[in-house]
Amino acid sequence: MHGVTRDQKDDRRRVRAATGALLALALTATAAACGGDAEGEGADGKIRLTVATFNEFGYEGLIEEYNSMQDEVEVVQKKAGTANEHQDNLYTKLAAGSGLSDIEAIEVDWLAALMEESDAFADLSDPEVEGRWLDWKTEAATTDDGKLIGYGTDIGPEGICYRADLFEKAGMPTDREEVAQLFTTWEDYFDAGRGFVKKVPDVAWYDASGATAQAMVNQTEYTFEDEDNNVIAADNPEVKEIFDTVTSLSEEGLSTQLVQWSEDWVASFQQDGFATMACPGWMLGVIEGNAEGVEGWDIADVFPGGAGLWGGSYLTVPVQGEHQEEAIELAKWLTAPEQQIKAFEAKGTFPSQVEALDDPVLLESTNDFFNGAPTGEILAERAKAIEFIPHKGPKFADINTAFQQAIQRVDEGKESPDEAWESFLADVERLG
Amino acid sequence: MASPAGPTPRPRRPWRSRLARWEAKASPYLYVSPFFLLFALVGLFPLLYTAYVSVHAWSLLGGQGDFAGLDNYRRVLEDRFFWNALRNTVSIFLLSSVPQVLLALGLAGLLDTQLRGRTLWRMSVLLPFVVAPAAVALIFGNVFGDRYGLVNSGLEAIGLDAIGWHTNTLASHVAIASMVNWRWTGYNALIFLAAMQAVPRDLYESAALDGAGKVRQFVSITLPMIRPTLLFVIITSTIGGLQIFAEPRLFDTQGLGGSDRQYQTLTMYLWELGWRVRDLGMASAVAWLLFLIIVVFAVLNLWLSQRAGSLAGRPHGRAVRRSRRDAAGEGVAS
Repeated sequence: MHGVTRDQKDDRRRVRAATGALLALALTATAAACGGDAEGEGADGKIRLTVATFNEFGYEGLIEEYNSMQDEVEVVQKKAGTANEHQDNLYTKLAAGSGLSDIEAIEVDWLAALMEESDAFADLSDPEVEGRWLDWKTEAATTDDGKLIGYGTDIGPEGICYRADLFEKAGMPTDREEVAQLFTTWEDYFDAGRGFVKKVPDVAWYDASGATAQAMVNQTEYTFEDEDNNVIAADNPEVKEIFDTVTSLSEEGLSTQLVQWSEDWVASFQQDGFATMACPGWMLGVIEGNAEGVEGWDIADVFPGGAGLWGGSYLTVPVQGEHQEEAIELAKWLTAPEQQIKAFEAKGTFPSQVEALDDPVLLESTNDFFNGAPTGEILAERAKAIEFIPHKGPKFADINTAFQQAIQRVDEGKESPDEAWESFLADVERLG
Repeated sequence: MASPAGPTPRPRRPWRSRLARWEAKASPYLYVSPFFLLFALVGLFPLLYTAYVSVHAWSLLGGQGDFAGLDNYRRVLEDRFFWNALRNTVSIFLLSSVPQVLLALGLAGLLDTQLRGRTLWRMSVLLPFVVAPAAVALIFGNVFGDRYGLVNSGLEAIGLDAIGWHTNTLASHVAIASMVNWRWTGYNALIFLAAMQAVPRDLYESAALDGAGKVRQFVSITLPMIRPTLLFVIITSTIGGLQIFAEPRLFDTQGLGGSDRQYQTLTMYLWELGWRVRDLGMASAVAWLLFLIIVVFAVLNLWLSQRAGSLAGRPHGRAVRRSRRDAAGEGVAS
């Protein structure tokens, strides 16, 4: 199994150019055609730049603004419906060596795999933008030899969202300041949950075992891989501890035992399925959509175990693009604090830029659905509490999937915790 | 074969006549060549190139590596998820194709009778086919929700236990197969119906005179007469069934086939290897293995169906088939 990685590294060095040409033919003749079409010059002699994003980046207004600001460049956005769709497209065209947009957005979860391919991306480091982002945001996208492959867009600092009405039923405080006092450590958070499910037995404490495990994984510096990307998942006591904690809490009835994003999980918002959940900024919109008509949601300025981070993106400039200079210029502009604030206003994408965190527009924003909570201020506080981000090597996503599935098997009653852990170890072995 | 290329020039000179003769000979090949050229480009080339990729170490992002011989095939065959996916694929295939062909046959038999508003009925069985598979998966995903789904709510309302449509292996296969059946039964029924309409009606009249009931007529006349169509449908649904992807992939939001990969099919396994594990070499090996498996199944099916046909005892098989063909020709002409 170890041989796989070595082989892959060799491959890369040896025959990238030949690969690109051949794969381009084999995989998608159309990809190349599209690329040729979208790039280059528009009818009016302007340079056409494409920006590929997914979900909602809040760039519609910004791109219009950029287009009216100057006459050399015409920017067009390509939006993918889901992150997965965007990722598949990105990987395929990276492999093909053509067809990518001038600017490609990437999600932090894919960063590790893409950092291995840093040759495919332009170096964006520039004294002009130094210090623009939170340190750890930039560090994560910087290679060992100092090359920056992406400009930070948004981040996902997490608070705890909770149902004040259900808290009241359980005789717990409902005010968001008081609630914030309850959850400073995971132990406190779980204890509060044990108390809650005793009083309100039909309602779970949190939305999904996997999400809680994920939050704890994201607070561990080295979970599945060590500094040199050796796989340590099987021997790392912290991994076993998270697994044991989450699976035993599930038995105690704290978890809905549902899988995040599943149909049942979505339905549970309408069924009083649970009382709390980990809540990055972009989740507020998800809750509002799923829990339409449900009253009582609020958000507390606290996260168990310190601070938590979930999601966030970057803009990259692939070197296969014809107009990298102009693309870098545009990426720089789009990720400037002033622009990110406008994106936040449009779609709630929480800024990763230091300056934007103090922007009054952000700090004064409130959310009616969450009982008028000052969400901007709360999330800004949560962002400042982040000290490091966990190390995620190239195998992280695959091992994490296996880890989540092991927890899910226990929740579904397919395996006992011991069996699930054994099969997780087998999966790690297979991936290792 | 006559050239359909408009008026042939009169052979005034010998070279012209040679040209005309050459044209008459060659032009049919020319006319059918676009298909073969396109097939070579989008069918044969990817097939061969996939074989080429499958014998190399090949990462999605990093590209081609060393020649690996059959190593990718060995790794796939040693992977328990491959065998798991094969089991799931065959199980879902059987649960979908068999009831689907039987249902479609029955449906076509009913549509072949003198119904009021025939066109309406015939069109409406095709409706599910028009719905995009992704939409079908979304709807059925809700219907088969483990906790708040429609089916389980119904079961609980009448005092039965809820079924783990996603967690239980067999139940998940049944749920996915029902999606496939919902979508394809009507389509196959229409194909059968077209074949049934070409069966000469006098055969039924003679059978009725001999005292054969409707069921007997269906089994002894209709089924033997539409045998070529039956074979066609069985083979296409075999290919479709073994390549099933969209329905199980969209059955949950993770797309890996459940926590224990209890409904991960071979195509999903291929996709996971290629786009999640990013190993195109192994993914290509799976693609070729799948291709071989489908060939084996298709041949097996053909053999079984032909055997079943000869067991049904049709002494004048060839003659009957010819008369059917003639009847079909008349049908088209009229």
